[in-house]
Amino acid sequence: MLKTLRQIARVGIVTEPPPPADESLRLRAALQTRILAMLGRALCIREVDAGSCNGCELEIHALNNPLYNLEGLGVRFVASPRHADLLLVTGPVSKHMEVALRRTYEATPDPKLVVAVGDCGCTGGIFGESYASRGRVSNVIPVDVAVPGCPPRPIQILSGILTALERSTRSTGRAAP
Amino acid sequence: MAPRNWWAESLEQPGAPGLRALTVSREDWSHAAEQLAAGGARLMAIWATRTEPAPPAVRAVFLIDSGALLLSLPLADPAAPCPGLEADFPCASRMQRAMADLSGVRSTDPDARAWLRHNAWPPDFHPLIHPAARVADHEAGGDVYPFVRVEGEGVHEIPVGPVHAGIIEPGHFRFSVVGEKVLRLEERLGYVHKGIEQRFTELNVLDAHRLAARVSGDSAVAFSWAYCQALEGIAGVALPPRAAWLRALCLELERVANHLGDLGALGNDAGFAFGLAQFSRLKELLLRTGDEAFGERYLMNAIVPGGTRTDLERADALQLRSTVQAIAAEVARLRTVYDEHEGVRDRFTGAGAVPAELANKLGLTGLAGRASGQAFDLRCDLPCAPYTEVEVAKVGRNTGDVAARVAVRFDEVQESARLIERLIADLPAGSHCESVSPPPAEMLGIGLIEGWRGPVLVALETGPAGSITRCHPHDPSWQNWPVLEHAIIGNIVPDFPLINKSFNLSYSGHDL
Repeated sequence: MLKTLRQIARVGIVTEPPPPADESLRLRAALQTRILAMLGRALCIREVDAGSCNGCELEIHALNNPLYNLEGLGVRFVASPRHADLLLVTGPVSKHMEVALRRTYEATPDPKLVVAVGDCGCTGGIFGESYASRGRVSNVIPVDVAVPGCPPRPIQILSGILTALERSTRSTGRAAP
Repeated sequence: MAPRNWWAESLEQPGAPGLRALTVSREDWSHAAEQLAAGGARLMAIWATRTEPAPPAVRAVFLIDSGALLLSLPLADPAAPCPGLEADFPCASRMQRAMADLSGVRSTDPDARAWLRHNAWPPDFHPLIHPAARVADHEAGGDVYPFVRVEGEGVHEIPVGPVHAGIIEPGHFRFSVVGEKVLRLEERLGYVHKGIEQRFTELNVLDAHRLAARVSGDSAVAFSWAYCQALEGIAGVALPPRAAWLRALCLELERVANHLGDLGALGNDAGFAFGLAQFSRLKELLLRTGDEAFGERYLMNAIVPGGTRTDLERADALQLRSTVQAIAAEVARLRTVYDEHEGVRDRFTGAGAVPAELANKLGLTGLAGRASGQAFDLRCDLPCAPYTEVEVAKVGRNTGDVAARVAVRFDEVQESARLIERLIADLPAGSHCESVSPPPAEMLGIGLIEGWRGPVLVALETGPAGSITRCHPHDPSWQNWPVLEHAIIGNIVPDFPLINKSFNLSYSGHDL
């Protein structure tokens, strides 16, 4: 126990300030005002791997590490689409995941946001469209914000999430310590 | 049937060192498998090649004491089933089912259920027979998979997935339980099948290492190196020493990064969030330093035909070395915290045990295998450069439980840190990349690399003008997924996430 406490004290708080929202990532803006009125700044995310190589998932995981500290921004990952405001979807969407992705989308209460993550989620990436792949996420469900990269850095994913969450005029403001 | 020395009859094969090949008849296919199994061989992969005009064949790679042996069985009539190997190598079953789905070559083994095909395309469409052929959108639905039912008083089923509760890849688990106790787990995979093997045939042979790196994103270095090893073997390219050392450096960094992630997640799954916070911080530190040195956090583009994409600057190398040393010291400290934490110890010890005998019978491989007394590591047992020179100390445990898989990770982090130290200290001078010309047509090369999860194979067959007729990537998860079904028997449902994480198998690398 002493070792645990000593380690916590030794490391201290390592969380860094979040990146600004990036309007260039936004694909559509229809729902913004309604969602923000309802949510304030708390956001629940359901992550769906719809066929990725798992590279994007590794960087999405990183958002929960102490340096990015996503939960410190009021954003957290939840276990069910029924609890979610936003779907974070990686692709390409395999044909075998198409039904599951549609059902997850339908199970998410309105109003909802979708952020596609990674080159494959944005365009189909190196896998493209084939007998087994439907390609980009927006081929299957509507997408609000698309974050390119292979895999995108955590800071870019975070920026994409904040872009979906923020009004375009509002800056992201975690209070400086 | 008198035992034959298949190894003595075989001929050298381009690609990984210690690899030899033999073409056998239908009868010899079964006899060889039986005798190899009796001699303690491990089956690494089975796949079929049916790209016209090349003659159709089924191929299998076995790891034996002397090296790696590729057996090829030419198929006079591809519609006739080939002799199944399940009786001698239980892990053959799913690989053969995948072969039937994708290449239309069935086996004589009893389980004929589709494996990678979920009714998204018609059963008579085999994407690897005519890779250029396109299939019209199949009316999906009616995708019913006949799970094995467990019956009896009080038995009920828990279906989980394909969309899981955490941030993980999709797959379906069907638990049959009484109370909390698991009587049986049956996996159904294939959800992230995205046509990787077909996609390979559309790429240029000098460009397809990029796809290999994305077979399983957490094993990018292992797969892209195995691909390049196969390619360089058939193109007759000698890898410059500096390139080999830099590749090994990348491979060990990938191993450490994954182990750090797993050690944190395992602590978290045992209810010790401190572990996740600490290890995920160390992993981030490692990724950022790697980013400085190689220009990317995950080394998706680091390995290229002929060497590595970038050279390593001296200053970056020194920074990498000191970061890895600092991380290794912290990991050693955190290990004592895990070891002394009663709650963590209680959850880890005895959970999901795979005894050595069962592991051996089922062919458990890689990291999980080494935790269950299966002392095999390509870096030691079939080393390519620079592992011939930079010797790896093999680590292992015999208890085969979560605690053993955790201990192997802790040991391997320290061993990889030692290797990284050596690889940086004695990094040879010279070129980091050699130019590679497209290899001749109708050649077969096989690459074998010990990734963080276990041994990875890439088999590459070339066509004219830099084309690929067939490329088969194999992830060790093929061997280990079926063993997970055994590991969970008799455990309680709430321990499944912990046990599953302790294996941390790939879905994408398996589903292809």
